[in-house]
Parts: sequence; C-alpha cells; structure tokens
Amino acid sequence: MLTAEKTLEEILNLAAAHFKVPREKLSPDDDFFKTLGIDSLQALDLLTKLENHFHVELPDYELQGVSDFRTLASKIQVRL
Amino acid sequence: MKDGLSRKGEAMSYGCKDGLIELVLHRTPCNEIGSKSLDELEAFSDALQGLIEPAHGLIIYSDLKCGFCAGADLRELYERSQSLRKEEALEGVRVFLERIHRVLNVIDGVPFTTIAAVHGVVFGGGFELALTCDLIIADKTSRFAFPELRLGLIPGFGGIPRLKRDIGNAVVRDLLLTGRSFNTTKAQQVGLVSQVVAEGEAVRAACATAAQLAKFDRHAAARAKQFIKPIPHEELKQEIDIFCELFARPAVQSGLKKFVESTDAQPYLP
Repeated sequence: MLTAEKTLEEILNLAAAHFKVPREKLSPDDDFFKTLGIDSLQALDLLTKLENHFHVELPDYELQGVSDFRTLASKIQVRL
Repeated sequence: MKDGLSRKGEAMSYGCKDGLIELVLHRTPCNEIGSKSLDELEAFSDALQGLIEPAHGLIIYSDLKCGFCAGADLRELYERSQSLRKEEALEGVRVFLERIHRVLNVIDGVPFTTIAAVHGVVFGGGFELALTCDLIIADKTSRFAFPELRLGLIPGFGGIPRLKRDIGNAVVRDLLLTGRSFNTTKAQQVGLVSQVVAEGEAVRAACATAAQLAKFDRHAAARAKQFIKPIPHEELKQEIDIFCELFARPAVQSGLKKFVESTDAQPYLP
C-alpha cells in the first residue's frame, strides 16, 4: 500500500501533468481550484483521473468543501 | 429526407451516411437541454421516421470537450418559472416533459440499433438521453450521475424507469438517492456501459460496433430489440406526475435559485 506521502506526491504529479502546470508550482496545501485554474467540470475530470489512477471510488459528496491536495490525498488514502 | 442528407442546428446536427445516422450535440457550455434543444430534438425525431427504411444504426455523441451532456438547462428553467405565475410555470414544465418524453420514446423504440458514444459529463438529462440508446460506449473520462435530488426533484426525462429496465434496483437507488457520480469502470461493473475505451475513442468504437450490426438481418434485429427492450410507458407517465408534484413545492424554486446564483466551485454537489 502507498504511504500517505507517496499518495500526495502522485496526486501532485498527476494534476501537474493533466492540467499542464509545472510541478514545482504545486504545493500540498494549495487550493487546487485556484492553483490549477479549474472549474467544477474540470474538477470532475480530475476526480476521474484520480479514481482511475488509484483504482478507488471517491463519492462526490466526500469531496464537498475539499479544495487542497493534502486533504484530497487523505480522502484517497483511506480507500486504498 | 433521404440517405445522405443532413441538418445543422444550433444545439445539435444530424446526418445519415451509408445507413448510419449520427446525432451530434454541440450546444455550449455542455449541451444543456432547454427549449432550443427540445425543438431540435423534435425535428430530429420527425426526421427519424423517414430514415427507418435506409438506416441500420444511430450514434449519438457530443462534439464538446466537457462531455456528452450536463442535463437540463436549469438556468432557463429557473428564469422561465420566475417570469410566470405558479400555475403557468407548472403547466409549462408538464408540457416540456411530455414533449421530451415523446421524443425520447421515439429514439428508444426505433427498429434499428442505437448507441450513445459518451465522454466526460453524462449527468441528469444527458444520462437520460444516453439511457434511451441500446448500447452505451464510454471513454474513460465519462461520469454518470442523477444529481436532481439536490434540487428537491427526481430525474424527469425518463431516467428512473429506463435505469430500472437496465440495471438492478440497488444500483438505481445508489445513483438516485446519493446523487453521486459513477466513473466508467463502476458504470461497466454495474452493467450500464457495454464497452469502455480510451479517451477520445468512443465514437470510433461506436462506428465499428454499428458496422458489425449492419451485417445482421434487419427484421430479426428489430424483433430482438422489441422483445428485450420494452418502453416502460406506465412508469414514464408516473415519473412526469411525481416530477410535477415536486416541482410545485417552494423548496425547488429556492434550490434552483441557489444553483443558478451559485459561485461555488462545486455547484453540482449537494
């Protein structure tokens, strides 16, 4: 099983690659809506990418109010 | 209309080539279904009657990057309901639902195979449009959801009866009562999606499937479809009644207002 740090790192790498943002510009506590410049539909796209990458299901309602990578990683970690 | 002719509208376009009809959705931002889309769907439905002889298949897909269809045009629904008296607004909703049910029943029952080739957002009314098709082929970016309960409503374009026809009741309840979205893997696991393909490959896979189906005897294929895919008319009527009953409640107007005026980054979440 991935460690929490490794999960967070993979999320940051995946987000940077998918939304074509330099990896060094992303930090764990960033608001990903702002840092990535994405709207709600693009956030759904990110959710799909994360579910496919980690082979987990993330119910949308668990992500309500989640906007930083670290909390997102914790939501994924408990489902690995 | 003869084989080879086409029509380009504001919300969607269609054409028929070599017996394969393509209905392409292209209304920005994400193919929301409002009165314009309904007018054009009705025109398509009328044209379909003339294509029954030459056609062997129908593919429905979206040309927009955001996805297949985000559902009903809630902004239009809200603005119209605000400009009318309550009784008039309710009557308008019922007429709209009856019109779209007629169109979707035509697509559901055509005597040739229909395929929804989907990607991205397949929500609410968009999901309901896909459910009229015989097969759903989805690329890996697809997400399916019925988020209507967040507004105090149920799906109104035939979604629940058609979903019940296709998959188990427990899964219907999961989608309906939680409002959560399923990704493509989950949708295939529960039997909603027949093929999963790589990003951007759904239309190609649908065309390949349609080409295979064209080899079969038309009459036998039509009889098989008629046998296995009855249209749940009675439940569809009940759905309209329940939707209208719920729409009359003040909670729906405040839910629509909240959605339309939301600046939340995730307004689709309950």
